[in-house]
Amino acid sequence: MELRNKDLLAIRDLSPEEILLILDTAESMKEISTRDIKKVPTLRGKTVINLFYEPSTRTRTSFEIAGKRLSADVINISSATSSTTKGETLKDTGRNLQAMNPDLIVIRHAAAGAPKILADALPVPVINAGDGAHEHPTQALLDAFTIREKKKTLAGITVAIIGDITHSRVARSNIALLQKMGAEVRLSGPYTMVPPYIEALGVSFIPDIGEAIRDADVIMMLRIQLERQQHGLFPTVREYARFFGLNRERLQRAKPDVLIMHPGPLNRGVEISPDVADGPYSIILDQVTNGVAVRMALLYLLIGK
Amino acid sequence: MALLIKNGRVLDPASGLDDITDILVEGGKIRALARGLAPAAGAGTEEVSVLDATGLVVMPGLIDMHTHLREPGHEYKETIQTGSRAGAAGGFTSLVCMANTSPPNDTAAVTEFILEKARREACVNIYPVGALTRGLKGEELTEIGDLKGAGVVALSDDGHTVKNAGIMRRGLEYARNFSLPVICHCEEDDLSSGGVIHEGITSALLGLRGIPPVAEEIIVARDIALSAWTRHPVHIAHVSTVGSVQIIREAKARGVKITAETAPHYFTLTDEAVRTFDTNTKINPPLRSEKDVEALKEGLRDGTIDVIASDHAPHSSLEKDVEYDTAAFGIIGLETSLALTLRLVSQQVMSLTQALEKLTINPAKILAIDKGRLGEGADADITIVDMDAEHTIDVTAFKSKSRNSPFHGWRLKGRVIYTMVSGTIVFQAKS
Repeated sequence: MELRNKDLLAIRDLSPEEILLILDTAESMKEISTRDIKKVPTLRGKTVINLFYEPSTRTRTSFEIAGKRLSADVINISSATSSTTKGETLKDTGRNLQAMNPDLIVIRHAAAGAPKILADALPVPVINAGDGAHEHPTQALLDAFTIREKKKTLAGITVAIIGDITHSRVARSNIALLQKMGAEVRLSGPYTMVPPYIEALGVSFIPDIGEAIRDADVIMMLRIQLERQQHGLFPTVREYARFFGLNRERLQRAKPDVLIMHPGPLNRGVEISPDVADGPYSIILDQVTNGVAVRMALLYLLIGK
Repeated sequence: MALLIKNGRVLDPASGLDDITDILVEGGKIRALARGLAPAAGAGTEEVSVLDATGLVVMPGLIDMHTHLREPGHEYKETIQTGSRAGAAGGFTSLVCMANTSPPNDTAAVTEFILEKARREACVNIYPVGALTRGLKGEELTEIGDLKGAGVVALSDDGHTVKNAGIMRRGLEYARNFSLPVICHCEEDDLSSGGVIHEGITSALLGLRGIPPVAEEIIVARDIALSAWTRHPVHIAHVSTVGSVQIIREAKARGVKITAETAPHYFTLTDEAVRTFDTNTKINPPLRSEKDVEALKEGLRDGTIDVIASDHAPHSSLEKDVEYDTAAFGIIGLETSLALTLRLVSQQVMSLTQALEKLTINPAKILAIDKGRLGEGADADITIVDMDAEHTIDVTAFKSKSRNSPFHGWRLKGRVIYTMVSGTIVFQAKS
């Protein structure tokens, strides 16, 4: 089996079978990273460009390591050094990169839909590494991989996603993926950061976070951007932490084998208390480890076969 | 030269005429309107050519009371000349052009420039709208008397709401001295700023910043209240929401002298169209939900909405071939508006007469211009349409300089065959 599209732009575009294919492929990739010599020749001679218009440490490094462990040549372009500051359009930047014959472009951009502009304009495969508040498909895939690793299945589990839903591409991709794989998704957070028609996506919304995490198998905490406070989306960091943060006391309502996830970077003491982030239920660093395996799988499936 | 239009179905919403009859045009005016006119009915000194309109609908030349012609300032998007040709191709004989040019039409000098350009280069009638406030900034009133003297037919800061209700009030009061209607762009930018799409299901799905309907409705309600208090008519531009339709309907019922328009894209498309991130779906106000579309149709049917206007907003690839967030708002509509309006007739939302009055006599009345009617002595601005002719919308064949239409590739019925302005044929369909 193969992926149907040349690009990975959104979880929305994937079938459940394709998601399984990616997760299964990632299983076999994971082992490579545990070897003494962490490199296989699969993508030797291939060029992968990381085109990052937004700052990123985790995702960019993860893609770079994934590419290098498969022997691809990985080039990083960040917005500070790119032509955007010279007024070049995204499409023109894409055409110029295409002219140098890369084999795959990974793009992160602040505008929703930006990866689609490249994907439509260029023959080269494009992976969306996060576009505005739209999607972050590789994050959802690595989250699914991590949940499946611990819970053995995605079907029938209950996942609570908590925090700033409106501005979260991680939430959107996870909602789409978990629903496709038969999980139940609950959302919680302040109404100021929840799109008014979110139920139309087939999820439930529970305003009280304590209720939202009751009997949940997985709790995904979203990063709250502290500057949102200036836009009136929450009154103070203190109040946010108190009513919407995950702390040990609140956690007592959850299942004894609950998993706690966070896409990072953490705001310790805001959406998640330090003891919870570092505690026994936390699989936050497993997510990071698995991110490399999932991205290796995608590179392999898109340009390695 | 005189012209005899024979055997067409002549439809004039102003007089209620809907009959197979003939029209004799002479000296730029309609000289006679009767069945069985012979070429000899002319004054005799002129040669009379005959135009056979059998099977076609002969209607007053259409009036678009909301167009952006981009001149002066953005001639790479559209000019008065190209915009007028696009209008003629779409059946429009009169275009009312908004003031948000560069510089804006906020002084008599700019108005005179537009009208002089129009006299030399436009093939249809051009009626400029003057800015209500200087630089469209919402701070100080323009010299409205001067603008009126130079030829503006209405006032508007279109593209912006006059944020300060006190300035808006004074603007309405002062405009009253000069009997100039004020056209309101209704948008509370504290609620809409940063938004690029209707706040609804599609915005939730795509993660694009939403513009809630209430951003429009708050200002619709405010401007209606100000209109009632100042006793000066306002015209609500590009109505897009259920709530606005309700507020306008209720205000009309209690006798407030307001009028309203919507644009064909608002009753044809929903925010679903944005799913592909096609920037030709990015407009302000945004494409709304199915419920809003239904309410607009009902508003058109029951007369709450008086006018259909294109809100023709040309943009080049520089503004449109970019990320959705960065793309300019606006789509072109002159060459698709009539056919999209006729869809409502075939969907039995409105009668043909009702539909055409919103494109002819209603805007003429609001703007107090003697256009939009067929009758002896009227200007011979006439549009002739083959109602059954299906055609595929092809933006590359548009007369407009710009291509930003979401309707490329659509199959639509109703094709303009002739457009004439003061008896001169300014557009003729290729056979």
